Amino acid sequence: MKHRTFFWFFLPTGLAMVLFIAAPIVSVLIQSVFAPHEAVFVTVENCGPFGCVQETTIDQAATQELREAQPLGRFVGLDIYLDRGHLALAEMGEAWRSSDSLGGFFAELRDLPFYGAMAFTLTYTFVCTPLLIALGLVIALAVNTLTQRLKGLVIFFSLLPMIVTPLVGSLILFWMIDSRGVLGTFLAYLAGDPDLSLKASTPLMWISIIIYGIWSSAPFAFVVFYAGLQTLPQDQIEAAQIDGATRWQQVRFVVIPHLMPLVTFVALIQLMDNFRVFEPIVGFNASAHATSLSWIIFNDLGGETRQLSAAAATSVMTIIGVAILLSPVLVRTWRDFRGKT
Amino acid sequence: MASEAQRPPLSLRLATNGFIVVWLILAAFPFLWTFWGSFKVELDFFSIADWTNALTGTNTRETHGSAFTLAGYEGAWVQEEFWRNVINTFIVCFFVVLTSLTIGTLGGYALSRSGFKYVFWLLIIALIFRAMPPITLVAGYMLPFFEWNIWGILPTTIIVLVAINQPFTLWMLHSFFQNIPKELDESAKVDGCTQFQAFRHVIVPVMWPGVITTGLFSFLLAYNDFAVTSMLLSESNRTMVPEIAAFLGTTYTEGNVMFAVAAVVSATAPLFVLVMFFQRQIVSGLTAGAVKG
Repeated sequence: MKHRTFFWFFLPTGLAMVLFIAAPIVSVLIQSVFAPHEAVFVTVENCGPFGCVQETTIDQAATQELREAQPLGRFVGLDIYLDRGHLALAEMGEAWRSSDSLGGFFAELRDLPFYGAMAFTLTYTFVCTPLLIALGLVIALAVNTLTQRLKGLVIFFSLLPMIVTPLVGSLILFWMIDSRGVLGTFLAYLAGDPDLSLKASTPLMWISIIIYGIWSSAPFAFVVFYAGLQTLPQDQIEAAQIDGATRWQQVRFVVIPHLMPLVTFVALIQLMDNFRVFEPIVGFNASAHATSLSWIIFNDLGGETRQLSAAAATSVMTIIGVAILLSPVLVRTWRDFRGKT
Repeated sequence: MASEAQRPPLSLRLATNGFIVVWLILAAFPFLWTFWGSFKVELDFFSIADWTNALTGTNTRETHGSAFTLAGYEGAWVQEEFWRNVINTFIVCFFVVLTSLTIGTLGGYALSRSGFKYVFWLLIIALIFRAMPPITLVAGYMLPFFEWNIWGILPTTIIVLVAINQPFTLWMLHSFFQNIPKELDESAKVDGCTQFQAFRHVIVPVMWPGVITTGLFSFLLAYNDFAVTSMLLSESNRTMVPEIAAFLGTTYTEGNVMFAVAAVVSATAPLFVLVMFFQRQIVSGLTAGAVKG
């Protein structure tokens, strides 16, 4: 295909991506180094019959004019990144000096919004991913032994947790584990504590959000592994059987090595997707116990006071996080490409 | 095909089947439970006294005279006018799928037919864009959209969702088009067609399986999106998902949780039907990228 033809074919999609993905990234970068203008104050001296009084008021007209002249705000460099809502270097140093043990330091760190969100985001990402891969693998192995007709039915129900809107899925689970819901009642009965409530406990909240994460993503791993099992070379299994391999050894030394490229694929995709965990925090109404980077951005953007600069700074840091998680994927794609040509 | 020697022992078969039953309950029970509960009153669905009330509907019978009530649906659809949000969702989904398939097919086709090095880099850039969480882009949209006065309306959201959809659409269609033999359109070009005519008359008639699968995923992305729609749509233009989130804020205080439950069930129903009819395409779409890569 000629360059010219390629250009015209690619133009619409390329334009859409440049305007609505590349440009916003640049715009977020720029916004993150500007802060909104402070109001302009004027001091007026009012002289009346009883002497003169100095009054400081906001000069609405001047403030408005300044905001219109420079809609981005004033340039503050990296200040927003370093403030209390983000990297909080000053508070971190304070915590380091005041706490006597490493544990105490980390406890104080967790109270800072950015580090608290980071702690949950990373825990969620790195706990969910291996567990959902394991669960998906076991489901795939089990479903593979079923008869053809049952397989379709099982796949249908297995797809539901993944296909359903994340916010809706998390609400459905949350209503069940609510202290008045069926699972919540059951758990309270099991624990012998009628006042047991997930909403009141940070560890329980983290666990239930992680369970939601596994529940909603395991089907993806299952479907991918199940497709991989269909291409399993039958002669290798037979050779292993002739060599006297037990069923477990066949799985361990034939099936899993065959699925390994798919495991890597699912792991890389899920690490990136779990890093943006957001909807379950809204659905579980969990922001008092667990926040994520995406949730902080959402929270800054919403409401009456749209804190664009703060949201932009968190966005940039999220993008850096995603880039770190993405780098192995890029290296892999690059290697594949080099291998092909 | 399985010989007698390959048949698993009874204990293993029981364990496998038992595990599948447990997984099916985990996967399906929450949906059934919520569906059943959506026809009850709040005191039954969230029962403090006795959890079996949710099954029998004791309080529902006291209030409404029957064990099932449509009060939640009536509250959501009539009183809170949820149907407006349903219509908005379907407008958004329809145009997102239409636009993103149109421009995505052109782009994906070009990527699959051009052998130059920049194709690889374009695909890599698309992969990077695919990894960006949409919420990180939203901060970048706000200021220009306010400035140009296009914030809050459906067309803006549609275009944004189309753009966010493109990287994934391109990757998927690129791999589908690569499976269509190049000789098809090459021979049409030898016969004197331009590249576009070759695409129009030779490729378009055979591309539908791939396009339908990709379209399904575009639909799901638009339908399931919460971050973009909740930030970019004004209150009167909300789609279903942000409206459900808004219900939560107001209904927990007003004691109308059942409205939200009914809305959640209403929003799940189309997806249920979708999986029922397009299960094969969804499975093939999920595995298309994986098995090859």
